[in-house]
Amino acid sequence: MADFFSVMGAFICMTPELFCQYLFAGITYGLIYAIVAIGFNIIYNTTGIINFAQGEFVMLGGMIAISMNNIMPLPFAILVAVMITMIIGALIEIIFIRWLVKPSILRMIIITIGISIITREIALHIWGEGVRALPYFVGNEITSVSVFGVGVSPQVFWVLGVCTVMVVALNLFFKFIPLGQVMRACAANRVAATLCGINTKNMVTFSFVLSAGIGAIAGCVVSPITYTQYDGGTNLAIKGFTVAILGGPGNSMAAVAAGLLLGIIEAFSVSVLPLAFQDAISIAILLIILFVRPHGLFGNKSAASLKEF
Amino acid sequence: MKKHFPIGVLLAVLVSVQLITQWTDTSYYLTQLTMSAYYSLVIIGLCLLMGYAGQISLGHAGFFAIGGYLPAALTTHNLLPHKDHLCVRILDGLGCLVEGVSLYGENILYVHPWPACLIAVSCAALIAFIIGTPVLKLKGHYLAMATLGLGTIIYRVFLAMEYFGEADGISEVPAFPLLPGLSVSGDFSDRTKNYYIACFLLLAGLALAVNLVNSRVGRAMRAIHGAEDAANAMGVNTARYKLNVFVLSAIYAAVAGVFVTHYNGGIGPSEAGVMKSVRYVAIVAVGGMGSLWGVLIMGILLNFLSLRGMFGSFDDAVFGVILIIIMLFAPEGLLRLKIWPKAKAFILGLTKGQRENSGTT
Repeated sequence: MADFFSVMGAFICMTPELFCQYLFAGITYGLIYAIVAIGFNIIYNTTGIINFAQGEFVMLGGMIAISMNNIMPLPFAILVAVMITMIIGALIEIIFIRWLVKPSILRMIIITIGISIITREIALHIWGEGVRALPYFVGNEITSVSVFGVGVSPQVFWVLGVCTVMVVALNLFFKFIPLGQVMRACAANRVAATLCGINTKNMVTFSFVLSAGIGAIAGCVVSPITYTQYDGGTNLAIKGFTVAILGGPGNSMAAVAAGLLLGIIEAFSVSVLPLAFQDAISIAILLIILFVRPHGLFGNKSAASLKEF
Repeated sequence: MKKHFPIGVLLAVLVSVQLITQWTDTSYYLTQLTMSAYYSLVIIGLCLLMGYAGQISLGHAGFFAIGGYLPAALTTHNLLPHKDHLCVRILDGLGCLVEGVSLYGENILYVHPWPACLIAVSCAALIAFIIGTPVLKLKGHYLAMATLGLGTIIYRVFLAMEYFGEADGISEVPAFPLLPGLSVSGDFSDRTKNYYIACFLLLAGLALAVNLVNSRVGRAMRAIHGAEDAANAMGVNTARYKLNVFVLSAIYAAVAGVFVTHYNGGIGPSEAGVMKSVRYVAIVAVGGMGSLWGVLIMGILLNFLSLRGMFGSFDDAVFGVILIIIMLFAPEGLLRLKIWPKAKAFILGLTKGQRENSGTT
């Protein structure tokens, strides 16, 4: 009981400034989780597999951009990094996944885990164990913009803006652009799509390219705030998966809501529990959701039961 | 008798390895062999779960760590300041506490390794039982992620709690006196004894697994692997069997954890990490999922090479590459590749041809 009061006390005593700080931190992280979750969803929708190496795309995007930034200006570095990560995404699909005939789910899980380990180890040998970061897009570490009397780094708004633009653009892409519509057709029914003359194999490759691309963009924008390290991918993959499940598998807009929810819960958990337990909280949420509502908070049970997990 | 033949062969191999190392004066290899025998125990347990019952677990390093950390903490923390605490008095009443002198010459009171071992193993079994009930309802990706999450939570808890030494882990764990005159410890003088303790444990674990696989339970497990719904329809209580195998494999991992910790004299958080779990899965995959012998051979071999430092700084990468190559080209495991029957036929053909040749000339 005493614990309960101290927890409530911590919330009541929280100053508005502190509250806003936590809120912005939560939103920043939440959007990154949402982007990873959307990456999961894009690949899951076209192939029915969860790509455990999704978090590695975010890490690669950040790392390559940091290296490129040494020889070219920041915008070009980011552009090149995103392109390279997309090519890596395509190569992963072509080398490891494209030619498998009806692989079992267990096999696909283990293969994508293997890909994530190899990517991480290669990153370790290229970039070392050190923590790196891109420079701030505008200003530096101490620049801040005042929002409701609270100092917030302009980079937070970059994350907010870029992630929002990405989510909206993806939605428009899937709704109105022919390529996006074809991808949705593959997601709905692969056999029927093949019968309509769609090259579903190319669509799978393209889904890897797309999710590698958005992961890399997210990795670049967030790098100045959260830093980039070779082993950051696993953590992001677990969080992203939590968000994807929270929002319901395959549902990208719900993933954004779920991402914000998880990010904010995580940020505020710091005021109650030691920092070391922060990751344990989101994983506990994942487990609870998996046990109680495996079709997600916003998902539909009967629709989810049609999908194969 | 025929049934026990392979185990007899394994025993002979293990004994001859010890003798060879003694003759060639390379008994330092025994240290790594002992460790790989313990790790292979985890892998045999995981093989039962993955290969026979068809349920993936990416959290087995967590159970290993529970088995390692609990005895480590219980046998190193001094209980003297808490002497009047109820729990301590109960433990004392049961005769579980030992008094000793620490390295710095002060009197310490700690839990005897035997009750600590029992506490750790039953704790791992209990956690597996509680978590297993909801987790094993999940399939495919969900199961993989849930067990991965479970392993990560256990890792984070050990890493975050001061009681478990945070990032430093726990060191100076005392020896585990199994029987009078026989104790698990990293002492050089006890190396051969410890090698045989590990071998005995491995053989016992293997014998239990082999018998289990060839029993009614084993057939039920394979039915679940083949088609869970069909097994259910045939009257197999799939949920119960899956849970039992999960708990059993957690016990295997926890027992291995206890012994490795006492053997090493310490444990660190990396033993609970995700990479360890992935490594166990990789070895089970290489050994051929549903083949206890293949898994055992690969378990001892790969762990031995890894512990000898053969892979250098590419240790984790090697297991990643192994995992991918096996899953891409030989998802049934290395020993079940289609090459082997062909190679056998080829060799048989050669010898046959020779015989025919010798017959005609």
